Amino acid sequence: MIRAKAVEWIAQIRNGRSVYLVGVLGYIVAALLLMNWLGQPGMRAVAWYPLISALAFAAFLGSLLVIYYAPLSGALKALLSLTFLLILLPTLGVRNTFLLEIATQAGIFAAMAIGLNIVVGFAGLLDLGYVAFYAVGAYLWAIFGSPQANIAFGTNRFPLEPEWFFLFLFLAVGVAALTGILLGLPVLRLRGDYLAIVTLAFGEVIRVIVNNLDKPINLTNGPQGIRPVQRPPLFFKPWLHALGIRLDDPTLYALYFYFLVLLVIGFAIWLARRLENSWVGRAWTAIREDELAAQAMGIPLVRMKLAAFATGASFAGAMGMIFAAKQYFINPESFTFMESIGILVMVIVGGMGSIPGSIVGAVLLTILNLQILKGLSQMLNALRQAGVVIPLINFPLSQWPTQLDPAKYERLVFGILLVLMMILRPQGLIPERRHRLELAEAMGREEELERLPVEEELPPVVPTPEVKPARD
Amino acid sequence: MAYLLELRKVTKRFGGLVAVNRVDFTLEPGRIVSIIGPNGAGKTTLFNLITGIYKLDEGEILFEGRSLVGLRPDQITARGIARTFQNIRLFGNMTVMENILVGMHTRFRANPVDILFRTPRFRGEERQLREEALQLIRFVGLRASPDELAKNLPYGEQRKVELARALAARPKLILLDEPTAGMNPQETVETTRLIRRLRDELGITVILIEHQMRVVMGISERVTVLDYGEKIAEGAPEEVRRNPRVIEAYLGRGVAMGAVAG
Repeated sequence: MIRAKAVEWIAQIRNGRSVYLVGVLGYIVAALLLMNWLGQPGMRAVAWYPLISALAFAAFLGSLLVIYYAPLSGALKALLSLTFLLILLPTLGVRNTFLLEIATQAGIFAAMAIGLNIVVGFAGLLDLGYVAFYAVGAYLWAIFGSPQANIAFGTNRFPLEPEWFFLFLFLAVGVAALTGILLGLPVLRLRGDYLAIVTLAFGEVIRVIVNNLDKPINLTNGPQGIRPVQRPPLFFKPWLHALGIRLDDPTLYALYFYFLVLLVIGFAIWLARRLENSWVGRAWTAIREDELAAQAMGIPLVRMKLAAFATGASFAGAMGMIFAAKQYFINPESFTFMESIGILVMVIVGGMGSIPGSIVGAVLLTILNLQILKGLSQMLNALRQAGVVIPLINFPLSQWPTQLDPAKYERLVFGILLVLMMILRPQGLIPERRHRLELAEAMGREEELERLPVEEELPPVVPTPEVKPARD
Repeated sequence: MAYLLELRKVTKRFGGLVAVNRVDFTLEPGRIVSIIGPNGAGKTTLFNLITGIYKLDEGEILFEGRSLVGLRPDQITARGIARTFQNIRLFGNMTVMENILVGMHTRFRANPVDILFRTPRFRGEERQLREEALQLIRFVGLRASPDELAKNLPYGEQRKVELARALAARPKLILLDEPTAGMNPQETVETTRLIRRLRDELGITVILIEHQMRVVMGISERVTVLDYGEKIAEGAPEEVRRNPRVIEAYLGRGVAMGAVAG
């Protein structure tokens, strides 16, 4: 096996594919150098630092895309990606935990986007209240992983020890899935727009519930939120000490959550891929294409829709719990309608029905929101304080109203993005596999076609009686 | 001989309009029969009633002696009834192969564990059913590649995919709704031959809704005529063709006796 792979690689190098490998490595090195240069002390003070560093980080993460699209063997791609994700990024992150935070948050959204992609992209069910399941997972751990449960139930058993974290993760998945089913049952008979409205309402209902559930028993502490939320144990700390690696706790936690999120994303991709390429995924796509015809094929609509809902919900529940532990503190503000829309935009911009698309959409929009818009806002503030005036119209920036602060442009930007995508590229940045077939053909990319599963060539058509009678 | 399908006094109303009015219908296994009638006579409605898309207002539908009333469409398909649609309803953004595999939905046995871990049961099932799908593609004479997106196929090919997809479920009864609509004479002949092979080689019972009299006369063992939701004639093709009530339904009163245009 290994020998065969080695032979294959040598053959690839021989016929010039090494060019691509060099190109990819070159890109990664260049991105690393850029990040390194920006990480120098004193850079942060420069006016345009926030914006440039955001774009640089996006370009750095773009290495993964470069690896994805490069015509290299699957094993090589896997090796490069894993090296990037498991070694390069964390090393960078240790020196600048803000980057790690962005990457982790992008990862959380990516896993949720993959989950919502199952509901919206595979099955075609427009869920506008996805944040509800996120909230369920988050509050489940927040309540029992903090003293809140003691306040609510009058016990002093809580908070649960950090060791309970992983067991609770499975519980969060289960509870979120159950919530998905309970929501789905009355609602999935509705079509299109009506389903969207009801799911939107449900998202809001959950938010209002957690916002008000401080009486009669104080389960969620209302708008004040819950703090502190227990974090999983740093079980690997002694091992790192043994290796001579000493990092402070916040950095360790940042790394821990980063790897945890990577693990969950890996699991999410695995699950979604396997389901996609089975009768389950095909049934979902059939439902999305034509519900009536799908039924005529023997697909039980309600059951399959519930399955999509529950699966998607479970992803959100798991990520909600991880989010709560990472943030150390949660309140209802994190679970608004805007969050639901945010994930939806990630799925649509990335490509409905496409798993890599969901990831790209999530990373792009997280960076846009957390880095670029915030960076623009910081830049504006810096310019404001410097007393800068826009020439020609003589408008001093200090008079720029706070309502128009770039950090508040999130809804505007997301909306514009959505409209532009629908007009210019409705299939998303990375279209789903079937559309990629079409696109690949249109662009003459034979190599892409080769790697998609192809059935055998048909023999010349002479209908032959090979199919046996139906009678048993 | 026991009936495969039996309709008793089947009635369907849409508000004040009676689309199907106390229709009786019986069908023995192994037959090819046709239902004809002017547009709006209730033929497709009848198909929709049998396949559970519409709910019955009155009457009874029995398949292999068991009632179909109140069952969902997917449950009825699982019992062994498949259909094609008047306006083709393929899954446009899915490939030919995937369309047929969806048609086989009721035959997949792999459970989520099998799917997630790609157990031999899962892989074997996928391989076997894909093989069979290829056989079906050859059987209906499809020339397109199995990986072609269904929406990109020409009309005639799409009709074949629809048929293959309906056959994929290994039905005992198949309802074909205007299978030769929009076809040229050569395609019509091909389709007619194919329908005969369904019965002869696959043992499937066929009910046809057709407008092309050539087809109706050519392969039906029995013809049922509907007009305004009522059965106005039933019998051998030649008898029905000469029935004055039938001619009147199609062409209006006062037309001289003669063949119904075909």
